[in-house]
Amino acid sequence: MTIILGIFLLTLLVIVAIGIVQAEDLFTGVMLTGIFSLLMAANFFVLDAADVALTEAAVGAGISTVLLLGGLALMPGRERRPRKMHWLALGVVTLTTMMVVYATFEKPRLGDPQAPVHQHVAPWYLEMTPELIDIPNVVTAVLGSFRGYDTLGEVIVVFTAGIGVLFLLGLPGAVGERRPEELAAGRSYLGHHLIPQVLGTLLIPFILLFALYVQFHGEYGPGGGFQAGAIFAAGMVLYSLIAGEREALMIITPRTLMILMAGGALLFGGVGVLTMLLGGGFLDYNVLAQNPVTGQQWGILIIELGVGLTVTGVLLAIYHAFAARGR
Amino acid sequence: MYTVACIAILITMILAIIRALAGPSVYDRVLAVNMFGTKTVLLLSVVAFLYGRPDFLDLALAYALINFISVLAVLQFFENKPTDGDRASEEIR
Amino acid sequence: MTDLLSWLLLLTGSGFVLTGGIGLLRMPTLYARLHAASLTDTLGTLLILLGIIVQAGFTLAAIKLIAIALFLLLTGPTASYALANAALLSGAVPKARLLDDL
Repeated sequence: MTIILGIFLLTLLVIVAIGIVQAEDLFTGVMLTGIFSLLMAANFFVLDAADVALTEAAVGAGISTVLLLGGLALMPGRERRPRKMHWLALGVVTLTTMMVVYATFEKPRLGDPQAPVHQHVAPWYLEMTPELIDIPNVVTAVLGSFRGYDTLGEVIVVFTAGIGVLFLLGLPGAVGERRPEELAAGRSYLGHHLIPQVLGTLLIPFILLFALYVQFHGEYGPGGGFQAGAIFAAGMVLYSLIAGEREALMIITPRTLMILMAGGALLFGGVGVLTMLLGGGFLDYNVLAQNPVTGQQWGILIIELGVGLTVTGVLLAIYHAFAARGR
Repeated sequence: MYTVACIAILITMILAIIRALAGPSVYDRVLAVNMFGTKTVLLLSVVAFLYGRPDFLDLALAYALINFISVLAVLQFFENKPTDGDRASEEIR
Repeated sequence: MTDLLSWLLLLTGSGFVLTGGIGLLRMPTLYARLHAASLTDTLGTLLILLGIIVQAGFTLAAIKLIAIALFLLLTGPTASYALANAALLSGAVPKARLLDDL
């Protein structure tokens, strides 16, 4: 059943990918990219990887589409037609594809217990998580504790993306930019219509509450910092769509956004420094409490919070950097 | 019985993709993406039950929220690009 | 008994979902497609989710499903309204008599 669903979804993926490449109109490409992300999320879900599916759905299909459209609003909408055929590029791509396809001939079957990936570290993680960390969601245990350095790297990457966009575009309120109060007042398009407005104001508290649920429930089910950050940012984007850029930027000011961005990464690194000061290694959560298992759980909770803060800050900052630019 | 629902939802997803690829105007594509999103939420719920893992329903709920917001964001985009409306209005009749 | 009810709800829901998909593909103009897609979207979704809720009994999963159903019930029509409004404001005029084409 999994195989059939998987093959089906992957075939659709190829069709959509061809559609994206063929589309001359960039808006069509963005919409098809949204469908592409959804198909990938469904594929991950069918393969039982719930955390990844949630992240892909929240970030790829939701926020990415919004951000790509924000960028698209600043440029002409059609792709420039290439003048001639680039034979060298085609040759390189064909060669690489053939090499990759040849490499998959040696791949073990999906779910094969004798595969190398299931032999070395993975069984150790699965066996030792109840003993060392004692949380039900092994993915969060691996992400937060066993491979904590990787996650620290990911948070720094997200932070770097945020400051990269802010260097290029800038937020209102930064040095040399207009202040939020000077943006065009008045409600945005959706604010003129009663139905989206009422519904949006009804739903925003629940969306934010759900984001908090996903954040702190990451140890027990699919969830965690990345997904929660994306959902929280989506809630604030909804508010910004309804009430307008000006109000949204006066509620969560650019300064707050930058504090969120940097604060999350600092929190993560700070936990590492704290554990070093308490006598353990960098990001060794065992020293955070009397009982090492409790220390591990506290550590994972705090770093996931850091991740959530940074992801929220970065996604909102990038959204506002695009959206406030056209005014 | 979940298999029947699964198959129906998958077929509708194919139909939505065809509309997204072929739709003459941009609103057709937005409609197709919106429908695809709702069908994905349904598929996630049904497959979560098919696999006997009801705690995966968080994904369906999160995705339902995100889909709504991204469709509204797309429509907001059209307010800022009125030139696209010319192409849309010629093709929709 | 619950199985029978569940089967019925799931089958009806699947029928509506398929109808919506076919309508999306076959209808001649944007507004007709919008009509087909949004109505059957909401109804088919509700029926299928009800079918699953009946199967789930009184558990946490049923509450989550009720939340999803409520949410889709609220936001589905809103998204269609916003889309139709955007299409109308950008100049797409609904054709008065569709039968002229047939």
